[in-house]
Amino acid sequence: MDDLIADFVAECREMLEALGGEIVAWEVQPDDRARLDSIFRFVHTVKGNCGFFEFPRLEALSHAAEDALADCRAGRRTPDGALVSAVLAVIDRISEMVSAIEAGEDMPTGDDNHLIDALAPGAEGATAPVVAAAEAATRASAAPRTIRLSVELLDRVMSTVSDMVLARNELARRLRESTSDVPVDGAFERLSSIIAEMRDAITRTRMQRIENLFVGLPRMVRDLSAELNKQVLVDIEGGDVELDREMIEMIRDPLTHIIRNAVDHGIEKPAERLKAGKREIGLLAVSARQSGNQILIDIHDDGRGIDGKKLVEKAIANGVLTKDEAAQLSPRDQLALIFEAGLSTAKEVTAISGRGVGMDVVRSNVERIGGIVEVDSKPGEGTRMTLRVPLTLTIIPALTVSIAGQHFAIPRSAIEEIVRANGESVTLEHLGGAGVATIRGRRVPEISLASVLGLESQVGEQDRTLVVLRPAGGDVYALSVDRIHDHEELVVKPAAPAVMATGLYAGTTLADDGSPILLFDPAGIAAVGGVKLEVQERAARIAEGPASSISKATPVLLFRGLDGGRRALRLAVVDRIEEVSSSAVKKTAGQLRVQLGEAILPLAGATASDIGDGKVRLFRLNDGVQEIGYAFAEVIDFATVDRDIIHAERPGEISGVSLVSNEPAELVDAHWLFANNAAAAAPKKEQLVCLIPDWDPWMQNMLRPMVEAAGYRVIDDAENEKADVVIACLGEELPDNASHKTIWLRAEPEVANTKDFSIYRYDRAGLLTALKTVGAGRGK
Amino acid sequence: MNELLLVVTIGNERVALPAAAVESVVELESLIPVPRAAPHVAGLSALRSRVLTVIDCMRSLELGDTDCSDGIREAAVVELDGHHYALIVDLVEDVVEAASDPVPVRAAMGAGWERVSQGMVETEQGPLLLIDVAALVAGVEAKAAA
Repeated sequence: MDDLIADFVAECREMLEALGGEIVAWEVQPDDRARLDSIFRFVHTVKGNCGFFEFPRLEALSHAAEDALADCRAGRRTPDGALVSAVLAVIDRISEMVSAIEAGEDMPTGDDNHLIDALAPGAEGATAPVVAAAEAATRASAAPRTIRLSVELLDRVMSTVSDMVLARNELARRLRESTSDVPVDGAFERLSSIIAEMRDAITRTRMQRIENLFVGLPRMVRDLSAELNKQVLVDIEGGDVELDREMIEMIRDPLTHIIRNAVDHGIEKPAERLKAGKREIGLLAVSARQSGNQILIDIHDDGRGIDGKKLVEKAIANGVLTKDEAAQLSPRDQLALIFEAGLSTAKEVTAISGRGVGMDVVRSNVERIGGIVEVDSKPGEGTRMTLRVPLTLTIIPALTVSIAGQHFAIPRSAIEEIVRANGESVTLEHLGGAGVATIRGRRVPEISLASVLGLESQVGEQDRTLVVLRPAGGDVYALSVDRIHDHEELVVKPAAPAVMATGLYAGTTLADDGSPILLFDPAGIAAVGGVKLEVQERAARIAEGPASSISKATPVLLFRGLDGGRRALRLAVVDRIEEVSSSAVKKTAGQLRVQLGEAILPLAGATASDIGDGKVRLFRLNDGVQEIGYAFAEVIDFATVDRDIIHAERPGEISGVSLVSNEPAELVDAHWLFANNAAAAAPKKEQLVCLIPDWDPWMQNMLRPMVEAAGYRVIDDAENEKADVVIACLGEELPDNASHKTIWLRAEPEVANTKDFSIYRYDRAGLLTALKTVGAGRGK
Repeated sequence: MNELLLVVTIGNERVALPAAAVESVVELESLIPVPRAAPHVAGLSALRSRVLTVIDCMRSLELGDTDCSDGIREAAVVELDGHHYALIVDLVEDVVEAASDPVPVRAAMGAGWERVSQGMVETEQGPLLLIDVAALVAGVEAKAAA
């Protein structure tokens, strides 16, 4: 609203300025028809605008003046000096009020009736209040410093800046070619950054909030729904998204059309809605958001939706489709039929949105500005139309690639990722001549740019680079190119019709070296390359199924045990593989153990009888703290367990069986191994003992948990046990069984004398350090 | 009637282009091909930070190919609907004044010439065929589609 008022004020000001001379001329010559007309136009415009804004005083004034002037124009009245003065007084008052509105002040108080009365025929001439005009002039000087420019002028500046960028690029190339000269390079860098800044600023001057487009929608929907006896609630979001001014004008008509369609054909009458179990009031949500260098405008209604089957029937009846073609349509293609000329599922023709002529126009209008319209609908639940339009028409970040020595550009917004054809996790296959790339388990159709363009590539298929593209609104495909070059911001200009007719290109641009580059249209390449987007989407989903479970699959080490069993161990627990002579394996203390260097580890996976002469190979398993050995005969392979595991009925060395590399294998339960072998192996660490007086509640409640957390076993003096450390308060007597280690605590933070080694009892860090020192001393 | 005409040679034939339509005559140095475009589109070239769509007049007139391999070619630059085109010609000769309005050629011409003909104009150098630049740019296929 503020924007509109600002526009109104600006318009009034402009007209007032233009009128300045007219008024004086009219005063001299009251019967001058041309002057009369221009003054009439002014008051008429003011009247029309202020009715909209609720400025009743302005409206009354301008209305009265308009009436009087209309009489003159119709010849019912001859303008005389009195009328001229009266009209001038009114104009002055209007100018005064406009200034007040502009400054955001309240209307100047005062009664306008004498001004209005003075307009009546035969009335005494009112004198224009000179003071007010002077006041208005001082106010105007405080107004924000803005000027109104024509868009054509801005366009000219914009295109000049574009050319400047191109000239800069060429200069950059020449500088690179010549020997480098530091001062010149520095000056050039500065020039570059100034040009970039300028381009930024000029781009922004062309930006406008999309609110300007949305502000009229509620009214339009209200009028429409009243006419159709429907109830519609409009929900508008994202009005602050900024868009190129021209772009806003370009999407105004398509947007209006889509909304009219939604209200007319989408949203049902209240009774119908109630019957369908919906709220009486239909909801129409319009939202805008920015996504990369695109603006997405969603128009979503909760009406009856579009029936794809009906569309197909209609299309067949109208001869747009043959039956065979229709049978092959995906649900998405079926819905897309609404963009075909002459199709509509609405039973009756209405004045609002016509006979389905229109959606085809909507699409062609949006596509003309490089946008896309998408439709998604569920019968009975509603329809969502999405307009995707580029942010600006001119500058596009792009990736340059080459094929057969020729350079092309791909809009960066469409690029999902770039992989090497011979890279890891990428495989290229040919099915009936069509390329299929598998990228990390995802199958995407592959198009060779060389074959689409009919060029001979010198680069072998495996050495090419795959650019994974997702055209706006479409599905991914991989485009194989010879080489990737550079990311560049390109000033794109539309290409000649003969070039656009190929369907492959979105425009042309000049590279840094001054040579022309063609910018690809990713959706166009897909179409020309014969990628079927919907079919592909399903295939991609199928491929994604197993792929996602692979990522969850556990890597295992597949091996043959000493008894010949095919087993698998989780790779993570296997530290390394060792080979020892069989003499290192001994049964001691009731368990088979293996000596590895200085360490003796329990050995699992074997019995004493399995150990023959010669070498024994074993895995060294590690759970992070302890180690055990696991004997085996041979390693088969690294593999992954991605199938269901049949779990063993009883816990034991084998946790279950699964197909690994298409053969069953027993999965060794590492947890069980450690639980049954390692516990015995690890020497039990003796806990340090700390004595804390049991009669001191503070020590028992506050200190004890901390000491225990530090790894001590806490005893009190009732137990007759030697403690490693005693904690006592200053001034207390030590119990008999105290060791020589004592930590004294004091109640005061400050040290009483320098020989005092006590620790303040809330000095947590100091306490812990003291406890650790004790532990370390004991360790030795 | 003193419309200026640019006399050029295409396929050993001296023809006239309306000089008002021709912005400049340039020598094309580089030519970037446009894969998959209509055959008469020879490619793209750059002229003072502008992209020119280069039209091979020989192909547009179904007279065969212009040999572009020998580098520099002379071309007339024209603007149509905001796009700049360079029309490759064999030779740019002269500018002459038209001495008459174009009149239909009643003799049978080649199909290509027929398509681009605007009629015959009298000049001091004798009668010349006046070429419709738009038809020349549109080429064979556009005509077939229309």
